[in-house]
Amino acid sequence: MNLQAVRAIYLFELARTWRTLLQSIATPVISTSLYFVVFGSAIGSSMTEVHGVSYGAFIVPGLIMLALLTESISNASFGIYMPRYSGTIYELLSAPVSPLEIVIGYVGAAATKSIILGLVILITARLFVDFEILHPLWMLALLLLTAFSFSLFGFIIGIWADGWEKLQVVPALIVTPLAFLGGSFYSISMLPPLWQTITLFNPVVYLINAFRWSFFGVADVDVGVSLAMMAGFLTICLGVVSWMFRSGYRLKN
Amino acid sequence: MESVISIQQLSKTYASGHSALREINLEIRRGEIFALLGPNGAGKTTLISIVCGIVNPGSGQVLVAGHDIVRDYRASRSEIGLVPQELVNDVFETVWATVRFSRGLFGKKPDPAYLEQLLKDLSLWDKRDAKLIELSGGMKRRVMIAKALSHEPSILFLDEPTAGVDVELRRDMWAMVRRLRERGVTIILTTHYIEEAEEMADRIGVIRQGQLILVEDKHTLMQRLGRKELLLQLKQPLAAVPASLAAYQLELLDDGHALRYAYDTQQEQTGIAELLAALASAGIEFKDLKSSESSLEEIFVNLVRNRA
Repeated sequence: MNLQAVRAIYLFELARTWRTLLQSIATPVISTSLYFVVFGSAIGSSMTEVHGVSYGAFIVPGLIMLALLTESISNASFGIYMPRYSGTIYELLSAPVSPLEIVIGYVGAAATKSIILGLVILITARLFVDFEILHPLWMLALLLLTAFSFSLFGFIIGIWADGWEKLQVVPALIVTPLAFLGGSFYSISMLPPLWQTITLFNPVVYLINAFRWSFFGVADVDVGVSLAMMAGFLTICLGVVSWMFRSGYRLKN
Repeated sequence: MESVISIQQLSKTYASGHSALREINLEIRRGEIFALLGPNGAGKTTLISIVCGIVNPGSGQVLVAGHDIVRDYRASRSEIGLVPQELVNDVFETVWATVRFSRGLFGKKPDPAYLEQLLKDLSLWDKRDAKLIELSGGMKRRVMIAKALSHEPSILFLDEPTAGVDVELRRDMWAMVRRLRERGVTIILTTHYIEEAEEMADRIGVIRQGQLILVEDKHTLMQRLGRKELLLQLKQPLAAVPASLAAYQLELLDDGHALRYAYDTQQEQTGIAELLAALASAGIEFKDLKSSESSLEEIFVNLVRNRA
């Protein structure tokens, strides 16, 4: 294992976060705070409790997940797309590093960033609404699992994309709608029966519900199913990345 | 002499169907400067890219310091530093950060003292905290060389290192190449400036349409394929070459004011003394004479053209 290389990639990627601190951390924190002000305080004060939890608190896990998904994807996709775009990828390809080491470096750095972000949003949320975390260890485990899975997914997008547009398409046109429609702001039980069934095909529902369960002990779907779905998604992503490196897909001729 | 890179039967066809390399066999000796010459699109960069791991090989085998580039890529790549042709940089990074990154990527422990010396050798030390986007083209090129040398490679690939580079940097670069060679680093370069290959290289390889058409010691090559000629400026113009001089196959130039005699450098008897004596007996006087040797460039152009 070339640990020096993993360390070099990881630190190099994290250094970019510090350089763009305002964009990396402040922007998502401000936008999430706006959600709390609008949905939590303004609208939430006239809403009834959901599953025995105040509306303001109810949306906290969903908002953290929303930020975690989008940021993990954008961090990781940008991280690997940038050297491909600029041409500096030659160095990565000519270095004595294995695909696994490259993935650990890039995905690890992207996941670290989004985990820090998720925790910052959690602390920010606590300033606006009152809540307790019922299963803190599960909460952390789910945070980690989601950050890594979606950073890996972002990494795949970063290799697949052959232009800036494609880099934006998946997060903007697929992930954000799925996250919004995945019960970030509502319980599935609030939907008409037909839409409840349709919603169950949205994978993000399982993520948000498992995460919400770690906070409040209540969820719309079975937590076991959620975990199985997440493990399945992670496995698929690992398989795709492994194939990409073996075939040299969009990396090597 | 010991081979540091051994290429056997290497072929490469791209997915587009373009056959970039055809059965290349090449041994690079440890410590030499090897110049790979060839017209654009001949396969120089493809060859380098395969050895360095950027392009997947087709068929054949490449060993670097005895390590197979596919099966034992860690060991083979650790030996190599690469300065690619294109000027590519992480524009928002500082010189120091990017050079440190390269060293780490190649599995070497941080060594600030070595990197400091490297940047000083390349006149980059004053710019270590500058972002790459702020640097001139020449400075960026120096950074790429620094990155390639950051992990102390024993083999250095320079792909068109002096394309678009000013005179000063070119001179610095060749001084650096000489220093590296003294330290035992093997250097493989491609260049369009054939006079550079002529000046620097120990051996020359010529590649054309994916085939290595020649590999030769530079001096041998220039002797073998080079021609010398003697140019005589005559006092009185001649209407035709006298029949008594026919054996020398002289060429009359400049409206009969000059005679050109081409001779083979490999022959022991160049025939110059006899020619001069024959000229004297024919009563032809000359006011000046000049001998010249064909350059590597002429040899190269002939080689590439003849086989077209």
